[in-house]
Amino acid sequence: MKKALSILLCLCLVCGLLAGCGQTPAETPEETPADAAPEDAAPEDAAPVEDESGSENPVVRIGVFEPQTGDNGAGGKQEILGMQYANYIQPTVEIGGVEYDVQLEIVDNRTTAENGPSAAAELMNRDVSVVLGSYGSGVSIAGGAVFEEAGVPAIGVTCTNPLVTSDCEVYFRICFLDPFQGTVLANYAYKELGVTKAYTLAMLGSDYDQGLAFYFKEAFEALGGEVLAEDFPEGSANFVSYVNNAKAAGAGVIFAPVSTNYAQLIIEAAAAQGFEGCLLGSDTWDNNMVVESAKGKDVTVEITTFYQEGGNPEFDEGIKAWINANPDALTNNGGNDMVSAVTVMGYDAYFVALEALKAAGSTDPAAVLEALPGVSYTGISGLIQFDEIGDAMRDQAYIKAANTETGSWELVTVQGVE
Amino acid sequence: MQAMLPYIINGISAGGQYALIAIGYTLVYGILRLINFAHGDVFMVAGLVMVYATTSLPLYLSIPLVLLSTVVLGFAIERAAYKPLRSAPRMSLMISAIGVSYLIQNLAFYLTGGLPKPVTNPIPWISDMVTVLGASTKRVTVVTPVLTLVLVLVLVYLIKNTKIGMGMRAAAKDFETARLMGVKIDSVISFTFVTGSFLAAVGSILYFTNYPSVSITSGALPGLRAFVAAVFGGIGSIPGAVVGAFIIGLCEEIIKGLGYSTFSDAFTFALLIVVLCVKPTGLFGEKITDKV
Repeated sequence: MKKALSILLCLCLVCGLLAGCGQTPAETPEETPADAAPEDAAPEDAAPVEDESGSENPVVRIGVFEPQTGDNGAGGKQEILGMQYANYIQPTVEIGGVEYDVQLEIVDNRTTAENGPSAAAELMNRDVSVVLGSYGSGVSIAGGAVFEEAGVPAIGVTCTNPLVTSDCEVYFRICFLDPFQGTVLANYAYKELGVTKAYTLAMLGSDYDQGLAFYFKEAFEALGGEVLAEDFPEGSANFVSYVNNAKAAGAGVIFAPVSTNYAQLIIEAAAAQGFEGCLLGSDTWDNNMVVESAKGKDVTVEITTFYQEGGNPEFDEGIKAWINANPDALTNNGGNDMVSAVTVMGYDAYFVALEALKAAGSTDPAAVLEALPGVSYTGISGLIQFDEIGDAMRDQAYIKAANTETGSWELVTVQGVE
Repeated sequence: MQAMLPYIINGISAGGQYALIAIGYTLVYGILRLINFAHGDVFMVAGLVMVYATTSLPLYLSIPLVLLSTVVLGFAIERAAYKPLRSAPRMSLMISAIGVSYLIQNLAFYLTGGLPKPVTNPIPWISDMVTVLGASTKRVTVVTPVLTLVLVLVLVYLIKNTKIGMGMRAAAKDFETARLMGVKIDSVISFTFVTGSFLAAVGSILYFTNYPSVSITSGALPGLRAFVAAVFGGIGSIPGAVVGAFIIGLCEEIIKGLGYSTFSDAFTFALLIVVLCVKPTGLFGEKITDKV
């Protein structure tokens, strides 16, 4: 009796496992736009006429390689929102004279480099023509090897570490790079804030954190400043002592290019310890949860990012209406309709991919790869063109400050490097 | 000295939080000779419940709810995963504990969508700012060590002076004989888990008020450090766990203060190895006597 029961239990588990494997999780991106916005939400010029999943058109698949869980999950979800919105605005593409339906294939790379390759391989199995992503450089570097082997082009959205594209033939990217971002921040801290001593805090083992902290240090020291650099292990929650170290060193800024989760904890610790200088953040800090945690606290938070809400009012209005009409999107955006820069970048990346598909005239990844370097597209975040390494030529970053009274970002300046 | 003060205050506070978790490990080990790997995850669940409860309920309901649900969870884990294995080899029990740990983590993963949850409505009074001897900090940092010591004294009193406490001591001395002498072993064990979970819940409230973000792995690192503290002080001994936790908390913060922040964790575990080599039973551990 007991034996039979246990065998039955095992069978149930095995069946459950097989059922899980067979399911195609591809429906999610489809249904989001379909049941999304009410009529008035769509911008007049781009309202999709037919969004029937049973349409006759052939399908072209665009892979979305983004973290939805883990430390970068919140940012990844916002980036996906941009792509889903773009897909809702422009659900079809004409490739070689044939109208194709665009289908987003979303996989979760779970933030960490260990999970990157398997998530990337999963995308390759789904026959995608081009890949978008990821938020986070470490996981992009890890996934890049798989894309390269399969010969599928990838368009990095907000992975800013130089190694993403320099070591990988098939990786392109539409955002600025860390040497640029680090220099902008160092210049800003030294010249605008008048700080001569800075403290950097990065997570051990994170390519993004370590890279950006290094470039900041290099640029800041070249200007004549002094930098104290420290690291914290993954999973830390107690940043009080790090803030105390910065205070003890007499640092005027704490530069912490870390995930949103740690950014919140660092803001908390800085407020608790009464740190009087400025907290400098990188593009990862451009998140409504971060600004939310600075709300009502006695801290100064300034960050660099790709876009400032209000840069294109028409786009802002459209995406806000779409987010508000869709409860899932609202949750994924952190509970309000603030437009994050990564969402805008995700939106632009989708259209860059469509341009590449059009130019290639084929859904074959090899043809898309060949066409990508020639693509030039003016998106919401500005002109996107690639250099010979595959990086976008960008020379400006937005600097924003957190308004701790209203809990929102305010544009400080648009800065380049001379 | 003035420069080191914030680190020392912070270290004592961290020590208090570890102590509350470490007692859970040490109590269960004392009686069942089981390392309850799920304890860190119980701690994490308490944090999650706090996040959800404080956003939707008034304070006088949310705190009791956190304590109660954690206690129920601890009790349920013991009944469902450990009790059926009472007569099985100890290794099976340990594997079951690891299984429970992963089960809880993954359930939490599905509930939270895998994203870290910020504590948006911190508990008012203890999250206010105070200035201690010129160092600014949250009030919870000062409250933690005091509350920890009070709870430990109450616990020691319970164990020394009540019937169930006597049962616990008897079971810790000799499980089989205690059973033969008519100690209701199941209720003693349940009580042990209830106490451990209760203290973990209190620790969780303090910890996540101080560091207000709960992710599904939030319990892992504090759990591991508390476990080290319990072993360091001599596993099975309550004063040992408390002293061990304070030493580990202090060392960690002071090392960060000295500028070796990268090595703060490495030091903790190196310390453990050294202590185990020199004094295998820990600081306050009982001598191992072979029971024939």
